[in-house]
Amino acid sequence: MAGHSTTHVDAGSAWGGKVSPFNVSYGKMMMWFFLVSDALTFGGLLISYGFVRHTTEGAWPIGEETFEALPFLGHGYPLAYVALMTFILIVSSVTMVLAVEAGHRMDKKGVVKWMLATIIGGFFFVGSQAWEWSHFMHGTDWGSVELADGSRAIVKGHFGEFESFTVVEAGKHHKKGEVIKESSDELYHHFREAVLAGHVKDGKMMLHDGSIVTWKRQADHEVKLIVKTDGNGVALKKRTVIEGKDAEKKYWEAVNSGEKGRLVYGANLLSLSEPNEYGPTQYAQLFFFITGFHGFHVFSGVVINILIFLGVVKGTYHKRGHYEMVEKTGLYWHFVDLVWVFVFTFFYLV
Amino acid sequence: MERDDIYEYSLDTHHSEEVGKKIRRKIWVVTAILTVITGIEVAIGGMVHQDNPYWYIVKWLFIGLTLLKAGYIVLTFMHLGDERKVLRYVILVPYFIFIIYLIFIALTEGNAVHSTWTNYGG
Repeated sequence: MAGHSTTHVDAGSAWGGKVSPFNVSYGKMMMWFFLVSDALTFGGLLISYGFVRHTTEGAWPIGEETFEALPFLGHGYPLAYVALMTFILIVSSVTMVLAVEAGHRMDKKGVVKWMLATIIGGFFFVGSQAWEWSHFMHGTDWGSVELADGSRAIVKGHFGEFESFTVVEAGKHHKKGEVIKESSDELYHHFREAVLAGHVKDGKMMLHDGSIVTWKRQADHEVKLIVKTDGNGVALKKRTVIEGKDAEKKYWEAVNSGEKGRLVYGANLLSLSEPNEYGPTQYAQLFFFITGFHGFHVFSGVVINILIFLGVVKGTYHKRGHYEMVEKTGLYWHFVDLVWVFVFTFFYLV
Repeated sequence: MERDDIYEYSLDTHHSEEVGKKIRRKIWVVTAILTVITGIEVAIGGMVHQDNPYWYIVKWLFIGLTLLKAGYIVLTFMHLGDERKVLRYVILVPYFIFIIYLIFIALTEGNAVHSTWTNYGG
């Protein structure tokens, strides 16, 4: 038994705390193991996205068609906004690695500066994601449309702005013959409400006070209907595109039908059976889940960064003799960037 | 209480101003590479549409560029390239084995479900 007793583990032997086979500290190794498990979670989520996408094929929304809006500038800029978001996150990853580098030189001022920049970048990213979400939920001015044959199309082009409503039948708040002049956004808002309620018929719509109005608006431009599913909701082998006057006619025919559900705006999680504007409902579900889970990581990353930042400012790590805490939180932050690179590719590019 | 049984591996990672300069240059080079790759991806994504006959090439190009970006982030920003080989493999090998398997099984199944729906009705 003597042979056994000499191999027992104590503080003086390997694994006793003095020698690590990986030559890294316990904390850093555990951070890596955590990141591997988190990467498996994200991998699983993105792979489930791939699974669902492969089951629907042609009906699946395309990134450059779905995400093409910019704040203040409107539509027609495919992928520009998400490219900006990606750039913000890459830059904040760079400032983080610069903070780690400064820590290796025991340069406290440098760590403070670069960590602050990282935190600001993180806030910018979370903020832009909030804008993207709200835009995604709200949808375009057009919505998607169910055509007369039951097929469903997404709509591209410039939506003519509303100028005024003219009351043809009095309601609670408006008299006959009155011209309602509000901002085009407000008028559009009334219009969308009426469309969703099925209150638009033959060029007239009923407002929520019961008055019936006609509208005056500018012309639409470059209207394009992209049909992806047939009358039974099954994906077409090849999408068909309807353009020009024909597209305008078919779109407004659906609007003026007075039927509920012909137009769908934006994405929501309210109903599993109804489509959202962009395509199959699962698309919005996966979008909200995956970008939401990632956004949650970014947010918690910012919180952790702030905590570590306070430690740096207080001088806790300087006293300790090394800035490994910055390195560890840096690993987490880079991981968030890494995940975004994959989300960017599979949600927006391919 | 001061503990003498913990060896501070982190103390070994300190470096001088000169080494720091080199590392910083590397960081900026990688930044430029990542930015350029993202720019190329967005430009191609805006120009080549999915109904293009060459879409398959573009799609694989995107996936390749993504893996390239991921490689730069993991190896340079996360310093995995500077860690010991054994740690690198402990992290990467099990992950890739599992993920490749999962991709294969999920996409094969997805295609099977799709063909069932189209052939037998949904």
